[in-house]
Amino acid sequence: MLIDFFLHLKHRKLPVSTREFLTLLEGVRDGVCGPSIDEFFHFARTCLVKDESLYDRFDRAFGEYLGNVQAIAGLEAELPEEWLRAVATRHLSPEDRARLEKLGWDKLMETFRERLREQKERHQGGSKWIGTGGTSPFGNSGVHPEGIRVGGESAGNRTAVKVWERREFRNLDDSVELGTRNIKVALRRLRRFAREGASEELDLDGTITATARNAGWLNLMMRPERHNAVKVLLFLDVGGSMDDHVKVCEELFSACRTEFKHLEYFYFHNCVYESVWKDNRRRYSERIAVTDLLHKYGPDYKLIVVGDATMSPYEILHPHGSIEHMNAEPGAAWLRRLLDTWPAAAWLNPEPERLWQYRQSIGIIRDIVGERMYPMTLAGLEAAMRQLSKKH
Amino acid sequence: MRFEGTKDYVATPDLMLAVNAAIRLQRPLLIKGEPGTGKTMLAEEVAAALDLPLLQWHVKSTTKAQQGLYEYDAVSRLRDSQLGDDRVREIGNYIVKGVLWQAFEADKPTVVLIDEIDKADIEFPNDLLRELDRMEFHVYETRQTVRARHRPIVFITSNNEKELPDAFLRRCFFHYIRFPDQDTMQRIVDVHFPGIRQDTLRAALEVFFGLREVPGLKKKPSTSELIDWLKLLVAEDIPAEALRSRDNKVVVPPLAGALLKNEQDIHLYERLVAMARQNR
Repeated sequence: MLIDFFLHLKHRKLPVSTREFLTLLEGVRDGVCGPSIDEFFHFARTCLVKDESLYDRFDRAFGEYLGNVQAIAGLEAELPEEWLRAVATRHLSPEDRARLEKLGWDKLMETFRERLREQKERHQGGSKWIGTGGTSPFGNSGVHPEGIRVGGESAGNRTAVKVWERREFRNLDDSVELGTRNIKVALRRLRRFAREGASEELDLDGTITATARNAGWLNLMMRPERHNAVKVLLFLDVGGSMDDHVKVCEELFSACRTEFKHLEYFYFHNCVYESVWKDNRRRYSERIAVTDLLHKYGPDYKLIVVGDATMSPYEILHPHGSIEHMNAEPGAAWLRRLLDTWPAAAWLNPEPERLWQYRQSIGIIRDIVGERMYPMTLAGLEAAMRQLSKKH
Repeated sequence: MRFEGTKDYVATPDLMLAVNAAIRLQRPLLIKGEPGTGKTMLAEEVAAALDLPLLQWHVKSTTKAQQGLYEYDAVSRLRDSQLGDDRVREIGNYIVKGVLWQAFEADKPTVVLIDEIDKADIEFPNDLLRELDRMEFHVYETRQTVRARHRPIVFITSNNEKELPDAFLRRCFFHYIRFPDQDTMQRIVDVHFPGIRQDTLRAALEVFFGLREVPGLKKKPSTSELIDWLKLLVAEDIPAEALRSRDNKVVVPPLAGALLKNEQDIHLYERLVAMARQNR
């Protein structure tokens, strides 16, 4: 029972475990949720999904599953039918209805459901499907499909279909780009990573307790220090192709700024060469030599480069390849120097990951940074932070 | 035992379902949501509605899982031993019971609130796995095992500051309290201000939801801020007209400081209002 459902969720990459599934069955058996699909939906989500960023994925998977299966164990056979009926009633004129009733409701519902599914698949068929062919029972009803899809709103009965069709948790999915809300969560990830440290300090409470346990003989206890030990160097690509990503970079930057005590940031254009700058308005007058940075900041700094790595391969591989100035050494050499000095490094790329394979320069840079390039999404950021917090 | 919301607390159907599932199947319920959506209040209200004692455990960054079970007060024992107190011979005298122990040995089921679990160390939830799962633990000092006589109803709140471990999550039910929509908000306000004038309320809610839509706010006003603001409006007896100026222009609402707690937010909002006026 419901095993298909469970496997379908797994297939949709929801991290559901057998244990949670058994709990779900237990709940269904004990009648925790009523026979309505709405309650089942909410109960299943309570049981199986433990992170609001996965709500959207669950909503979609649930909708899909329901699309494939008309009835699971008699649980939800009635409601979609009811819903369709309600929608149809509202959007058809009485004459239409009278005429259609001759066809029989069952037949009508069947057609209606098919149309609806068809519409869902196409997603932007617009008004087409309802107007198709004079044979359609809905031909002259003139209802806009969009109207039907959100139609149930005022009907009073909060039907389930609506709930997952609305996809209220859409912006919480962690494969979307960072947004205003998402950045907060990402920021917390950075904070966790910022709290790790290894040096030792005297644990006063522990010493007192241990001494007392030791019947008064002094017993010193040490513990790892809890402080913001992480130091970060942030290199940001500005201008040119990065203009599309300014907003997301700003958000990341402001998040980093508040999180790290030791944060140094520098700007570059397309690729790092012998100098970078800290103020974009004075980028030509106040430049900082990268060699100085290499000597100034020790290997305990973590290097984060933010850039789309989208440029001509010449700009990376050839001397004098830069589009702005005459560079004696290729960008790749400078990048390697950075990576040698700061082994804990990650490259965040705001370009969507699916486009990476089409850009030659991205491939080159990925190769240079040793595959440590991550998309600038929550999931990507998480992976990058995990990688950075590893021992190097 | 079924929770149906209380007269002071408006619970949406999906929240009630989650609570009842947790009660029925005896699983801890993990609650997340925006600040001010009533996460902590939920436990209090469930305890009140079911007439069960509520045991609260407020977690801080220094809290250890052990403290919820018991603590061995070694310092008192050391002091007593030096003062020659007789109690010192019995180690049990120095075991201080924690919240979970109290819940486990209670005569009737209790409601346990573990508030803001994400404030504690990352390992904190892991240290509670067995205790929450089997509802028992071992007291090392006295060599006894404490077992729950009645499984408590456990509520855990989190503000998402830290990721919780998977093993822990698998043992919990989870519910994310969404920010209430306009209808729910109306019901919530009705609960708190039964006699409020409807026109004032409508205007206030309009301002409130408008404010939440303002892009770029550092801290969006939440339910608890709305309630505070309405309290002020009622106390000052501010009419609905003041919330909208006579010619229906946008204005900075009176006492906006109760809604926007951040100076930058207030500036931003004032600038936006000024811009909106110029555009008309």
